[in-house]
Amino acid sequence: MLLEAHNIGLRHPNGHWLFRNLSISLRSGEIVGIRGPSGCGKTSFARILSGYEQPSEGVVLLDNSPLPKTNYHPVQLIYQHPEKAVNHRWKMSKILNEGWTPDDHLLTSLGIEREWLNRWPNELSGGELQRFCVARALGPKTKFLIADEMTTMLDAISQAQIWQSVLDIAQKRNLGILVVSHDDHLLKRVCSRVIEFHNISYK
Amino acid sequence: MNFLRIMTQKKSLIPKLNLRQRTLIAMIVSAIILLSVIFAGILLGDERIATNLENRNLAPSLDHPFGTDWLGRDMFTRTMKGLTLSIAVGLIAAAASSLIAVVLGILAATAGKIIDSIISWLVDLFLSVPHLVTLILIAFALGGGMKGVIIGLALTHWPSLCRVIRAEVMQLRSTEYVQISRKLGKKRWWIVTKHMIPHLIPQFFVGLILLFPHAILHEAAITFVGMGLSPHHPAIGIILSESMRYLSTGMWWLAFFPGLCLLIVVRSFDIIGENLRMLIDPHRAHE
Repeated sequence: MLLEAHNIGLRHPNGHWLFRNLSISLRSGEIVGIRGPSGCGKTSFARILSGYEQPSEGVVLLDNSPLPKTNYHPVQLIYQHPEKAVNHRWKMSKILNEGWTPDDHLLTSLGIEREWLNRWPNELSGGELQRFCVARALGPKTKFLIADEMTTMLDAISQAQIWQSVLDIAQKRNLGILVVSHDDHLLKRVCSRVIEFHNISYK
Repeated sequence: MNFLRIMTQKKSLIPKLNLRQRTLIAMIVSAIILLSVIFAGILLGDERIATNLENRNLAPSLDHPFGTDWLGRDMFTRTMKGLTLSIAVGLIAAAASSLIAVVLGILAATAGKIIDSIISWLVDLFLSVPHLVTLILIAFALGGGMKGVIIGLALTHWPSLCRVIRAEVMQLRSTEYVQISRKLGKKRWWIVTKHMIPHLIPQFFVGLILLFPHAILHEAAITFVGMGLSPHHPAIGIILSESMRYLSTGMWWLAFFPGLCLLIVVRSFDIIGENLRMLIDPHRAHE
């Protein structure tokens, strides 16, 4: 499958363009990194690619058709702050099974322990929560994963563990991953190619 | 040294309670007051408010704590029955009103721009006219009586809670977990029932209890001016308006005790509502 963005532009309500003419294409099985300084619009671009926001101009195509508006979205975004991405009134098992029911094998590979399932979100650490968010986004209908600073908030060990299992799963299922980060070491380590955000856009 | 002595003295006089314990105690005391009023209203027999011309116009005594009126009826019993009726009317009206508020608040925040502007306009409209005026209009149009008062109260007290609920739902709608839920293929109704309504329950209950005092006071007010409950109900507004005619003859207890009791009941509801709001802050769910 092919995820393409053509000439994406995003304008603030005050008329100022955050970025324009952004084009990128991502194939299944490919792991591409996007690097850029803070505030350059990486997160907004990630949100547009995964259908959370509409661009002011340009289109995002998945296999030459526009992104679906309803039903399970094939391009899943993983947020930077896992504690904001879970409902604090739900127990972990309910959060995990919201979109699909992950099998034991996936839970083990992401390092999710069974006893965590009966806890509330505020009884887990950020790294532990992020594992749940990753597992939740890896449903069978997921074709592409946008990791927006997915492990920036975490310590080096959790970071390595999570990436290890995500890369394994991506290889097995032939997922395409877009890694948005400002961490050069991480990008060099996991991506097959890295794009400078400023090289693909101009204002 | 002086300072230290003051500190130790204080400690020995009042047992140290933290804010949470004090809040709970205030709530429990208020709840006991309200419950005893309701039980008194239900348990006291009708024979005490039967006409008894031998005991006319008695000042407060041990036998008749609130005195008796010009027909020899025991004012304590009348007051308790009146308050119980007022609480019942207030309960039905406040429950209906907060239900309207929740439904309209959720609709305003989720069902699109046009419906939002219609509901916001309605909220502004109702808030711009004094409650009592709309209430009298609606109650009068419905022919007064119990039904008119309840419908009138229900239709006039929802706007402020509706605003709170609308703002809360709008905030919830923009949270990441709700947006993720939509991308996980969940339908709008599913998200409202599973993600949003659990967050609204504390707001709903606090709003409901804080509506009580308003509803009761307004019920008493429109009954007092003669647009509310019919005179054969022992309502607190009726008692107060009747006693006005006898005040100038020196029968102060006819208005004083029922008025004071109304004040205590309203204040009790207010204390419970405010303290409940402090205890169940929706932003700290499981701590």
